[in-house]
Amino acid sequence: MLNKKVKSRFFFLTLFLGLAALVISLIFAKLEDNVVYFFSPTEIYNKSGISFNKKIRVGGLVKKGSTNKENSSINFIITDLKNEIIVSYQGIVPNLFSEGKGVIAEGVLKDKKFFIADKILAKHDENYMPPEVSDALEKSE
Amino acid sequence: MLKNFFPNKILSINSKVIINLVILMIIIVFIGFIYALFISPPDYIQGDSVRIMYVHVPSSFIAIGCFAFIGIASIFNIIFKVKFLSLMAKSLAPVGCVFTLVSIVTGSLWGKPTWGVWWAWDARITSMVILFCFYTVYILAWKFSGNFEKGNKISSIIGIIGLLNLPIIKYSVDWWNTLHQPSSITLTSAPTIHYTMLVPLIVMLIGMTIYCLVVFLMKYKTEVMKIKLDKQKDFK
Repeated sequence: MLNKKVKSRFFFLTLFLGLAALVISLIFAKLEDNVVYFFSPTEIYNKSGISFNKKIRVGGLVKKGSTNKENSSINFIITDLKNEIIVSYQGIVPNLFSEGKGVIAEGVLKDKKFFIADKILAKHDENYMPPEVSDALEKSE
Repeated sequence: MLKNFFPNKILSINSKVIINLVILMIIIVFIGFIYALFISPPDYIQGDSVRIMYVHVPSSFIAIGCFAFIGIASIFNIIFKVKFLSLMAKSLAPVGCVFTLVSIVTGSLWGKPTWGVWWAWDARITSMVILFCFYTVYILAWKFSGNFEKGNKISSIIGIIGLLNLPIIKYSVDWWNTLHQPSSITLTSAPTIHYTMLVPLIVMLIGMTIYCLVVFLMKYKTEVMKIKLDKQKDFK
């Protein structure tokens, strides 16, 4: 049923797709640092040769009980449950910013444990439910 | 089932079929909107802004689904020279492109109240913009290639390259750190959306898919007619 032409076209297309997939994955592996939107505190802790004056983003959870508001500035700790970074920020945080929830801070590192942010983004997870259900879940915990 | 989409069959599709589909779509989308905007509860952290999801998620699904069809049709066209498949792909491209745009715009509107920004160049959003570029180039390739044979070849190549982008969109939220949240609906595990929110989402998905089908059928019919007319001209 399959004649020679069809077979050779099939062969070349498979070869092309395989090569293209390989090239794309190699490029992405090399550019990992540019593709990720933020680094976790552990990634920053393990990173060597990190630049302290370049703008980067740090993301994780806001540690429970760590937020400290004073006038227009706010301090809190970003944690990924292994490592932590203290973040200092001047300004208004998004509505969804809250303790125990996801957050991304954009700014510069002072050292590996201290970060000065000039922008705060709230990151939410893939769970959606009505408030009553969430209350019931919290009670049962 | 595929036989019904053969060029000769499609012309015999009564316009009543399309009208019935439109009526069905209006009813389903109406129910979906009532459910999504009034009956379904607000989210426990996002509040009412979660309602953007009922338009955002279905349009993303449809945008990706349409391009998956275009890509696979392009493969079949390149290997087996099945021309009516690429004619179907051509007819599907504009509506898929519109849904990509809807997905990007609603995503941006959703981003402001939840993340705090309209736009972020994270992997999911960027790959979706790239999908939009592929749609645009695909449509333009058909438009500016002059004749059918040439357009068929160029657009098929674009469709196949664009196909490689789809797994990147799908897995971008798992492979890299992104601002965009991971998928709530996956094939392997239970959805992480409460059923009171999942039902309107599915209703909206069905309604919008019917809309996509209607636009596709009308466009496909036109494309087939155009080709028949061209052939008749050649004979004379």
